[in-house]
Amino acid sequence: MRRYLRRSLWQIGIVVLGIATINFFLLHLAPGDAAEVMAGESGAATAEYMAALRQQFGIDQPLYLQFLRYVGHLLTLDLGYSFREGMPVAELMRQRLPATLLLMGSSTALAVSLGCVLGFMAARRAGKIADTVISTLALLFYATPVFWVGVMLVMVFSVALDWLPIGGMTSIEAGYRGWALAGDVARHLVLPAVTLGLFYLAIYTRLVRASMLEVYHLDFVRTARAKGVRPWRIATRHVLRNALLPVVTTLGVQLSSILGGAVLVETVFSWPGLGRLAFEALFHRDLALLLGILFCSSLVVVFVNLAVDLIYTLLDPRIELS
Amino acid sequence: MSLLDVKNLSISFATPRGRLAAVRDLSFSLKAGETLALVGESGCGKSLTALALLGLLEPPAVMEGNGIFLEGRNLLTLDEPTLRSLRGSRIAMIFQEPMTALNPVLTVGEQIMEVITEHEGGGRRAARARAVALMEKVRIPDAERRFAEYPHRLSGGLRQRVMIAMALACSPAVLIADEPTTALDVTIQAQILDLIGTLKRENGTAVLFITHDLGLVGQHADRVMVMYAGRVVEERTAADLFADPLHPYTRGLIAARPGLGGSGRRERLMEIPGTVPGLGAMPVGCAFSPRCAFADDLCRSTVPTSIDQAGGRIACHHSEGIHDREPAIRRIGNS
Repeated sequence: MRRYLRRSLWQIGIVVLGIATINFFLLHLAPGDAAEVMAGESGAATAEYMAALRQQFGIDQPLYLQFLRYVGHLLTLDLGYSFREGMPVAELMRQRLPATLLLMGSSTALAVSLGCVLGFMAARRAGKIADTVISTLALLFYATPVFWVGVMLVMVFSVALDWLPIGGMTSIEAGYRGWALAGDVARHLVLPAVTLGLFYLAIYTRLVRASMLEVYHLDFVRTARAKGVRPWRIATRHVLRNALLPVVTTLGVQLSSILGGAVLVETVFSWPGLGRLAFEALFHRDLALLLGILFCSSLVVVFVNLAVDLIYTLLDPRIELS
Repeated sequence: MSLLDVKNLSISFATPRGRLAAVRDLSFSLKAGETLALVGESGCGKSLTALALLGLLEPPAVMEGNGIFLEGRNLLTLDEPTLRSLRGSRIAMIFQEPMTALNPVLTVGEQIMEVITEHEGGGRRAARARAVALMEKVRIPDAERRFAEYPHRLSGGLRQRVMIAMALACSPAVLIADEPTTALDVTIQAQILDLIGTLKRENGTAVLFITHDLGLVGQHADRVMVMYAGRVVEERTAADLFADPLHPYTRGLIAARPGLGGSGRRERLMEIPGTVPGLGAMPVGCAFSPRCAFADDLCRSTVPTSIDQAGGRIACHHSEGIHDREPAIRRIGNS
């Protein structure tokens, strides 16, 4: 176990460094740089002004020097400086991180918990009306594009019914504090969290249903029946526990890809999180900031995968780490 | 007094092309402390019968009959919650494959405890102590430590002992052992069957021992029912059956057993010609008639009924005169 962890950490280090390298060169393949964007915005782009900007940003130097400096900074855990925002990248990300964690956490929790419950209910009533309704809805949400769901939810619940705010994270003008502020954030959170979670909710529902139905046919379920175990207990203790492995696998995939979804949802709902920050950084050619976000995202991916491996061993004693 | 009385049990599969009968008109009774062997080749309806006795048949399988009486209560008329309360406590089952029959993510101890807590309630601590005691009773060495092991960490023999402990946890009246040793190697086989025999004698349990292995039947059963294509063709005491089998199928089975060949000479292995008919292609008359050396027009047109004969029951038109015809089967065997 300890050896497994040590080896994994080594591998993680190499993988993350590799990703950072690829990110660096990929982003430099794209035409244009931060100086061009800023000069374009100011409307007055003299060659001297742009040269001065480039020198100030350090992007006038040869690419390999820029790369070496980038890697050197990474090794000292320095993510660099965003000249565009006039702030260290780490500080920028620290400001945006809580909003994104809140959004990711709530949408994932929603998708996993509700998905397991719905999939469980559908599997228990396989072939009956409840199953048909749940499975049809799951298929519908699975097939609907996320951005469309977001826009439609806004149209219905914000514009037509006026129950929930259109976007943002707080009602700035109201100046709430304490519990009132928490309630206000929660109201703002509902639509983006649902939008981000709905697709995975559908996946978990289908996954839990299919995998439970598969387990129901295994011999040990027949043994449990022959022992006279109550149906509810068979479903929870014998079937569901064995059906959870694929859920954990998918949870790993979801957490790894959630930043991509967050870019979209945070932009649609003007949620002040990392996703939107990445989106803006991309448009501003703010490479230092973008690389920083991508670097942290890659860290999340590798550590989530490690966590998934560890959770496997908890769920299934037959799996051993070596 | 008989603990289990099965009266005219039939099991069939509902298919779009009508009902396919898998088990027909099965009747038997089982007394306390008795072992009844149900013998037949794969697909003859043995395991279906076992599941039917527990009320665990699943569609498209359906059962009908005049009753399955377990300690006087007719299982066919009971509702599911009542059946559930009897399963595992009054009638229990040991399955063939102890690897897949145990839940891989629960410790074996927990799985034994579950029977006790589901049927008798009581505290976890008491149930745990009883589970450990059961594991000792089925001679699992170092039971206290093995309690917390997962099934994949135990050998096949130990796993089957766990299954037995589970089945006997609530001292059932009837124990069904469906090919309990098929997945085990021969030395373990004998140990497991001896264990079942000992526990049966200690508790007065009635055992229905389902197997395709006639060799095990002789040593471990009191009575034998031989099943062919869903019907019982011969029911005798084990001693009588082996001394003088009266149904041509039974005779064929016993003749087909490889002997040790004390003479050192290699004997030709006898076989029964042909194969078992499929469920959808049963002959009109006796199901064994296409493979039977004694079959005549009567056999091919009329299903023989079970008649009392030679201290047992035999379903054959010609069983009474079978000894006179014996040379016929020899000829076919040697041809």
